[in-house]
Amino acid sequence: MAKHHVSATVNNDPVEFLCETDQTLLDCLRDELNLTGAKEGCSSGDCGACSVTINGRLVCSCLVLGVEANGMKIETIEGMAQGDKLHPLQQKFLEHAALQCGICTPGVLIAAKALLAKNPNPTETETRYWLAGNLCRCTGYDKIIRAVMDAASEMRKGA
Amino acid sequence: MQERVKSPKFDIIGTRPIRPDGADKVTGRAKFGADHKIAGQLVGKVLRSPHPHARIKSINIAKALALAGVKAVVTREDFKEQSPEFIPAGEMLVNYRDVLRNVLAREKVLYEGHAVAAVAATSETIARQALKLIEVAYEVLPHVINEVEAMKPGAPIVEDGMITAGVTPPPTTPSNVAKRVEFTLGDVAKGFKDADVIIEREFNTKPVHQGYIEPHACVASVSEDGTAELWTTTQGHWIARAHCAKLLGWDITKLRVTSSEIGGGFGGKTVVYMEPLALALSQKSHRPVKMVMSREEVFRASGPTSGANIWVKIGAKKDGRIVAGEAILKYQAGCFQGSPVQPGCMCAFAPYDLENVKVVGYDVLSNRPKVAAYRAPGGPISEYAVESVVDELAATLKIDPIELRLKNAAKEGTKAAYGPKFGPVGLVECLEAAKNSPHWKAPLGKNQGRGMASGFWFNIGGETTVSLQLNEDGTLTLMVGTPDIGGLRASLAMMAAEELKVPYAKVRPIIADTSSLGYNFLTGGSRATFSSGMATVEAARSIIKQASGRAAKLWEIPEDAVSFENGEFRPAGDNAGKHKPMTLADIAKVAGKTGGSIVGYAAISAQGAAPSFGVHIADTEVDPETGKLTVTRYTAIQDAGKAIHPSYVEGQFQGGAAQGIGWALSEEYIYGADGKLQNAGFLDYRIPVASDLPMLDTIIIEVPNPRHPYGVRGIGETPIIPPMAAIAAAACKATGVRMFELPMSPPKVLKAMKDAKAGKKA
Repeated sequence: MAKHHVSATVNNDPVEFLCETDQTLLDCLRDELNLTGAKEGCSSGDCGACSVTINGRLVCSCLVLGVEANGMKIETIEGMAQGDKLHPLQQKFLEHAALQCGICTPGVLIAAKALLAKNPNPTETETRYWLAGNLCRCTGYDKIIRAVMDAASEMRKGA
Repeated sequence: MQERVKSPKFDIIGTRPIRPDGADKVTGRAKFGADHKIAGQLVGKVLRSPHPHARIKSINIAKALALAGVKAVVTREDFKEQSPEFIPAGEMLVNYRDVLRNVLAREKVLYEGHAVAAVAATSETIARQALKLIEVAYEVLPHVINEVEAMKPGAPIVEDGMITAGVTPPPTTPSNVAKRVEFTLGDVAKGFKDADVIIEREFNTKPVHQGYIEPHACVASVSEDGTAELWTTTQGHWIARAHCAKLLGWDITKLRVTSSEIGGGFGGKTVVYMEPLALALSQKSHRPVKMVMSREEVFRASGPTSGANIWVKIGAKKDGRIVAGEAILKYQAGCFQGSPVQPGCMCAFAPYDLENVKVVGYDVLSNRPKVAAYRAPGGPISEYAVESVVDELAATLKIDPIELRLKNAAKEGTKAAYGPKFGPVGLVECLEAAKNSPHWKAPLGKNQGRGMASGFWFNIGGETTVSLQLNEDGTLTLMVGTPDIGGLRASLAMMAAEELKVPYAKVRPIIADTSSLGYNFLTGGSRATFSSGMATVEAARSIIKQASGRAAKLWEIPEDAVSFENGEFRPAGDNAGKHKPMTLADIAKVAGKTGGSIVGYAAISAQGAAPSFGVHIADTEVDPETGKLTVTRYTAIQDAGKAIHPSYVEGQFQGGAAQGIGWALSEEYIYGADGKLQNAGFLDYRIPVASDLPMLDTIIIEVPNPRHPYGVRGIGETPIIPPMAAIAAAACKATGVRMFELPMSPPKVLKAMKDAKAGKKA
């Protein structure tokens, strides 16, 4: 069967790619667009390493088909920093040492950004529940939670 | 208190700079195993056994090979037999007969998920179709999953003809017990005779997986001239090189292995699974081949650690002095020998200064995936059981559990049951810190309980090579060979900068490939910061020596008349003449004219690794309706020797604690009667998520290791040891019942509480 032609916006850039019917958005990002920042940890929506937003909504890109991205606005980790200026979440993750191996980090950052867009002043519990879909095996989450809350505080000051 | 070496004052060590690989890791730029790509690469896939135990009668690959787009298929026919002798591969002893069989089954498949064949095709879809076209004829055999069942006479034999080693006279009939080991100190029978109180208990634990979020992944490219490149996510690329070259019969120099950024390992990425297959497929197809495991494959076919059955007996005097400790450990090895039962035996009673100890261990085969190292392999299981009995002993004697441990704590000069005498160690300091911590004194809420436990791990050194080059502008490039899993590059750059008195940002550390640097043993055994740090300091000192020589040459004075102070080379005294001090950058600028490039190289076998003791405090709350235990507060205290970058030391404490909490409460391999794994995914194999955990407080104790230039001890593994017993002790306080099995999942806790209630009424 012929491949599907998909047009979308990724990190504010117009993109086009061809994909198989059963190809996931994650595979399209990684294999067709060479955006390997989103990771495959499980391909079943359990680990969150492939988190991206579609029209502002947080999703596991392994659970979305490439064809579903047609006409959509997608944001990935590659679009988070502005030039050489890191997003406050990225900066706080570095300052708090909120990553060890770093494989979950892109997904956690995307999810945290989506949280702060909805709720600029989350409690620790709200942060923990929002990020419950992003598995991290290295940190025990302590420094991740601190970094997100610190970034939120800084972003509120800046707003 | 013991006499301590005083820490010198440091400029950089002990601070918390941003890691050198940080920006790449928060922007998605860092390349992990599956992120590497080569033009023309094929997709490699593995056919796996649907049976837990079966003889392979035949494998027919004709139909698969005939499928358009299939470029190569490999089976057992493509690999030569290997010797069953244990031979060194770097620092490890390896039996390549078993390594080969774990990579690809030969006579039999030994667990569900065991690799049987591999294909390389032009697309994922075609590769999957090809797997379905491979015809394997199996003769299904009876299987055995549980270690206690596997030890019984008449159990299905996993490895034909296996005779237990370590038993005199040797048994005459085969069994699933590969090995019996024993460690004794003093006379336990006499010790128990002197005891006022004796407690003996039996424990059971389940296999748990390392649970790294990044599945195994590699890309192999074999050239027509027989040279090859391998990119892989590994804790040790020299080890991967050794294993692959051996299994493929190649000269080591032909294979260049590059370690990608690694998305977690915890011991599980110290062995090879797909790498030899990818290389063989590439050799056959003349194309690069990429292979990536699915999460399901990771669970079914890469190593969890052992499940175990443990029996512990401890005797003590009324005043709390322990007079004898005895244990029998039965550890699952998976389908090949080599469970971590030996280290399990060695560390069982290590936190205690005892006169009489006896520990016996059995390495038991069953139809499960071969276990792989998991953070302090063997230690968490035996120490969980011993610490749980010590907690019960404290309760029986009505002595505070910290006081009981202080009364018996291992300290400098203590002879461990496994042989050596401890040098300076920080267990007493950790226990004192626990006793004085705000956590230990805080009030508890309804349905809550508090527990604590100690933990010990050996730590290792070993073969390590680094190269530190002084660039012409005075900056430095540090090449190391231990993959960085959690901030290593930061710690090593800090040590180089400290030694050379240059800013941290002037040192750029990279992980070199196997063709660019001498041999490095893997990142494991909590050795990377210790060993590569020691080598880095040695390389930095070599640079100082070489640079002093250059200054001496320029000033026309003897080399020993040049001193290095506060980042400057200067004449040592008035006799040496008056010369303007030079910085390292000044000397770098003229290096070309004074003798050539200045490179510090250190190829060492790092000696003097020192153990790290830890003490954890856990609060748990039980939901009396469901039996669910939640950890509500947690403190991890551990002796780091010297924390180079405290944030990453805390991170190790927290990460180990979180894995231990998972082990204690929710993680387990669940098998059906059919011998198949029922929970090969993150939904059903529950590792702790953010909402499961509280903040994880840490206290870093620093009792310097006198045998490291900066006092470093390995710290990565110890933190996974205390959690299970600490949580079990806390759960006992919260529920009123003592649990002897992991994980302490809600149904088990609820049943234990109900049984206890019924028992009280009856």
